[in-house]
Amino acid sequence: MNWQVMIESLPALAEGALLTLELVAVSGVFGLMLAVPMAMARVSPRGWVKALPMAHIYFFRGTPLLVQIYLVYYGSGQFEAIRSSFLWPYLSEAYWCAIIAFTLNTSAYTAEILRGALQAVPRGEVEAAEAVGMTPALIWRRIRLPRAFRIALPAYSNEVILMLKGSALASTITLMDLTGVARTIIARTYTPMELFLAAGLLYVLLTFLILGGFRLLEKRLNRHLQPR
Amino acid sequence: MEETAIELRGIHKRFGDLEVIKGIDLTARRGEVVALIGASGSGKSTLLRCVNLLERPDAGQILFNGESIDLRAGRDGTLRPAHHDQITRVRAGIGFVFQNFNLWPHMNVLENVIEAPIHVSGLSRRQAVAEAEHLLEKVGLGDKKNAYPAFLSGGQQQRAAIARTLAMKPAVILFDEPTSALDPELVGEVLGVIRQLAEEGRTLLIVTHEMRFARDVAHRVVFLDAGRIEEQGPPSEVFGRPRSERCRAFLATHLSEDEGVTLS
Repeated sequence: MNWQVMIESLPALAEGALLTLELVAVSGVFGLMLAVPMAMARVSPRGWVKALPMAHIYFFRGTPLLVQIYLVYYGSGQFEAIRSSFLWPYLSEAYWCAIIAFTLNTSAYTAEILRGALQAVPRGEVEAAEAVGMTPALIWRRIRLPRAFRIALPAYSNEVILMLKGSALASTITLMDLTGVARTIIARTYTPMELFLAAGLLYVLLTFLILGGFRLLEKRLNRHLQPR
Repeated sequence: MEETAIELRGIHKRFGDLEVIKGIDLTARRGEVVALIGASGSGKSTLLRCVNLLERPDAGQILFNGESIDLRAGRDGTLRPAHHDQITRVRAGIGFVFQNFNLWPHMNVLENVIEAPIHVSGLSRRQAVAEAEHLLEKVGLGDKKNAYPAFLSGGQQQRAAIARTLAMKPAVILFDEPTSALDPELVGEVLGVIRQLAEEGRTLLIVTHEMRFARDVAHRVVFLDAGRIEEQGPPSEVFGRPRSERCRAFLATHLSEDEGVTLS
């Protein structure tokens, strides 16, 4: 084992880890923003309201993330209409392609987690809100969504960690994320064991960071639960 | 003539093939305490839930303080409120206390009580809190206002739920078996609060299995059987000289079971 190359690569790997974290954070936030209305539509009793989010969810849960990334990165440039549109400055850049693919992918999984949580909110709590004269919009804002977020939190932290590891695929479209940096250094030094091990340890570190953040959030948001 | 607070006309309700309510007329005058009794499945809870349209009746008319609630038939044939504004306004004037309390678990007791006054009635937070603290004092939960529902006993949760209902200053309060989910030793504290409300001259509709409570507190007892009103009158008559055979049989089993319950 060449410890020297491992230590020397750390600054570059740390920079890659920052990009990884940024990809996860940005697409996580956008994904959540998309997931909330999708989950709300998904629990609607009306079929036509459900149709669009369901199509989205089934497509992005049913296809590999790598294929989705390739579709956005390689696929979109195939059309003249897209190349001449206002979207092209973004779609021609690997960074935004990764953000778009990750956002759409995580929004599908998150919407399903939220749907389950929304359906787990006891009917009686919603009835209690109706009985005091709350409007449907107010019930969504004050009761259903806040309750669903709390119920969904443990499952959602799992989704964020999966996304962290899925983000390694960004390296396949030239991005210098943690995996991308490791691969580039390996191409120069031929020390795959050292570099992938170092990258793997950094992923573990990031995972602990994210889990710690969620633990704090859960402690704060779920303090109403009876201690066991 | 005394004013009617709640008037139900010709209410019908079916769940699939099962007709639960087969045409019921019921009025509650202002200040009247009406107890609805009857065997399980007689339709009394469903009837109560029809009053503020938590359950959608198939036919009938509902009047609150003389105002008829506009209903229109939905695709499934049940009647639903025609105007959101009207039903939310009417519901704000009708309190509902559930068998399972249904407090919002992510809010503490005080937040549960001030939620609707602030967001539905538009009260300032300061005023809502002042009123809520007064109400919590009244139901004996002054020291529990910062506790979350999961940390309270069933009796405390139900008293908090009653405070939440009272915070909207409802003209009528509906109680749906308010003590049925409670341990026997906790029943008395909740009945005590309801009795206090009855003595204040409030209009109450109570679905209950507590026969002695109904006899002591209600002005009128309504006995439901198989979706119809079988018998009604002052408690002394219904309990003392029941006219119908079914009412007599029902009371024979339920009054004897009831002996052990103590009231506060």
